[in-house]
Amino acid sequence: MPTRSTLGLQRAGMTATSHSSSPSGLSSVRLWPAFAALAALWLVSLPLACLPGPVPLAAGQVFHALAAQLGLAEPPQDASLMLVVGQIRLARVCLATLCGGALAVAGVALQGVLRNPLADPFTLGISAGAACGASIAIALGGVAGRALSGLLAAMHISLPGPAALVAPAALAGALLALAGALWLGRGDGGFRRESVILAGIAVAAFLGALVALIKALNEESVTSIVFWIMGSFQGRGWDSLPLLLATFVPGLIAVALGWRALDVLTMGDEQAAQLGLNVGRARLWLLAGASCMTAGCVAVAGVIGFVGLVVPHVLRLVLGCGHGPLLAGAFFGGGVLLVWADVLARSVLDGGQELPVGVVTALLGGPFFALLVRRRP
Amino acid sequence: MKQSATPPMLEVRNLRSGYRERPVLQGVSFAARGGECLALLGPNGSGKTTLLRSLSGVLHAQEGEIFLQGRSLAAMKPRQRARLAAVVPQGGEYPRELTARQMALLGRYPHLSWLGCYGSRDYAAVDEALEACGAAALAPRRLAELSGGELQRVLLARALAQESPLLLLDELASGLDMARMAGLFDLLERRRAAGACVLMAVHDCNLAAIYATRLLGLKAGRLVFDGPVDAVFTEEKLSALYDIPIGVLPHPLWGLPQALLARAHGPRSHDGFVACPADPCPGDPCPADPCSADAGAGPGFGPAASFGAVAGFANRDAGR
Repeated sequence: MPTRSTLGLQRAGMTATSHSSSPSGLSSVRLWPAFAALAALWLVSLPLACLPGPVPLAAGQVFHALAAQLGLAEPPQDASLMLVVGQIRLARVCLATLCGGALAVAGVALQGVLRNPLADPFTLGISAGAACGASIAIALGGVAGRALSGLLAAMHISLPGPAALVAPAALAGALLALAGALWLGRGDGGFRRESVILAGIAVAAFLGALVALIKALNEESVTSIVFWIMGSFQGRGWDSLPLLLATFVPGLIAVALGWRALDVLTMGDEQAAQLGLNVGRARLWLLAGASCMTAGCVAVAGVIGFVGLVVPHVLRLVLGCGHGPLLAGAFFGGGVLLVWADVLARSVLDGGQELPVGVVTALLGGPFFALLVRRRP
Repeated sequence: MKQSATPPMLEVRNLRSGYRERPVLQGVSFAARGGECLALLGPNGSGKTTLLRSLSGVLHAQEGEIFLQGRSLAAMKPRQRARLAAVVPQGGEYPRELTARQMALLGRYPHLSWLGCYGSRDYAAVDEALEACGAAALAPRRLAELSGGELQRVLLARALAQESPLLLLDELASGLDMARMAGLFDLLERRRAAGACVLMAVHDCNLAAIYATRLLGLKAGRLVFDGPVDAVFTEEKLSALYDIPIGVLPHPLWGLPQALLARAHGPRSHDGFVACPADPCPGDPCPADPCSADAGAGPGFGPAASFGAVAGFANRDAGR
């Protein structure tokens, strides 16, 4: 999203001093109840979010099917019930909660590493890279893909359909864009936050133009590219989970191990180094971890904005600015937010029509964020 | 330099350091042992902060070498470095939401395991350091609510909590009232007596004369003097260092040398301020003033005679 990245450039000079405004800062008295409430909310959201959907089902039926899915009860008579609840709804809820958690955790990490309150998982050009990869796959899937798969079929090589290529292509695009941004942003002696942000903006602008070019050259695929870029869980099922987990788990490990480094980095690079942190290396690990998580999300669900921006800010008001509680809280908070945004996206329109979930998060997140900024003293 | 058995706490050999096109320090060499308190004197821009940044490892030496306890600084990991040297920086931006205690706890970072969790020993060290710096009451407050002097105290507590034998302090006294300043420097003196090595950049040379055991004069990136207070805290050396006539007289109570601005003219000499006993035309800024004419000529400048008188008075009253 070039517009948001440009905003990041304008505000790149903002320091961590303007991160948020909690009246009391971190108080451990308030920390644990808030944390427990968040975790409980997350746990309750998962089954509840399986209730709404285009196929009308009674709550009892849904919970029965869920219990059966977990092996806690006998499977219901109606096999289609298991299919709808176990295969479609539960899979979507799980994907949404993982994606939301990943985006929010990545947001906390990136805002900490870049010391920029407007950094979000897409600042580094990751979304542009993923969009570019996906657009190429969609466009090629329309034209060259058919010819190619015909050719390969003649050679008795079976190729996954063009739709299945979109996610890996998006992942590859995201990782390439990230590598480009990190390479460009690498100054002597490590990563300076200004150069990383600027490099991300440069990469995002270039790739955004490339996406526009693909859309202009290949009109038949414009709709699917646009829909993909807005982000959606429509049609995603358990088969997307391995790809998501393969990026989520290593990314989460890299970020979680750097939680104290994030605290030290709030002091600025120089003092962080004087306190014993290898600043360049810590920054590389955190950036790579956060980006890896983001790339997986984008590959599975397209570009979902605002989760990684809003969730860390709201949590800072509640949990203070220690990064340990923030990262853990972001996983739950982001998960809850995206699960319910997806519920809205799939149940607002009738007749099985869906909104892209990115539209929901942006429609809700935009005004909410504006209010938050206004209320800051 | 290395004839003794234990290596010095800090050794700097022919250091050249600075910024890309502009080397600030040139050919700086000195060594310091535990139990010493070195004060770094020098005019603005003489390289005091650059030296401290080089010693803390954030600015790489362009030439020469720095050793901490006999080990090369350049070859050290940041963590090892931070266990040996703690820094109180000058200025800086701090996250407003952090509490003072959280910031002081960050001083424990070089001692944490890879999990990054604080243990009871970390909390104890931090609470003790906050207490020692008179900042225990500030612990729950947010950094945004602290005054400049309060922030200085919390920063010193962070450095003390680091438990490093070498303390590098950049203008610690700035923003502190006299009582707080005396309290903190007394604390540093106790640390020094207990074997720590303190290197501090100071603007207030009188403070340096009271608390330091050794003075280093830095001018235009070069060391111009290095020695014990009695040997180097002289009118000639200080006047030459700061490029302004400076008089030295003993502290009335302790007998330690103290410096005074000794320019021939006071700021209000034209309206009756007695600038110079031998002023031929009082009340009139006279171009052919004999005092200003020989002001730069070293020990013979005008007010020296009156300083001598004050010094005698002080010595009689000092009682020690």
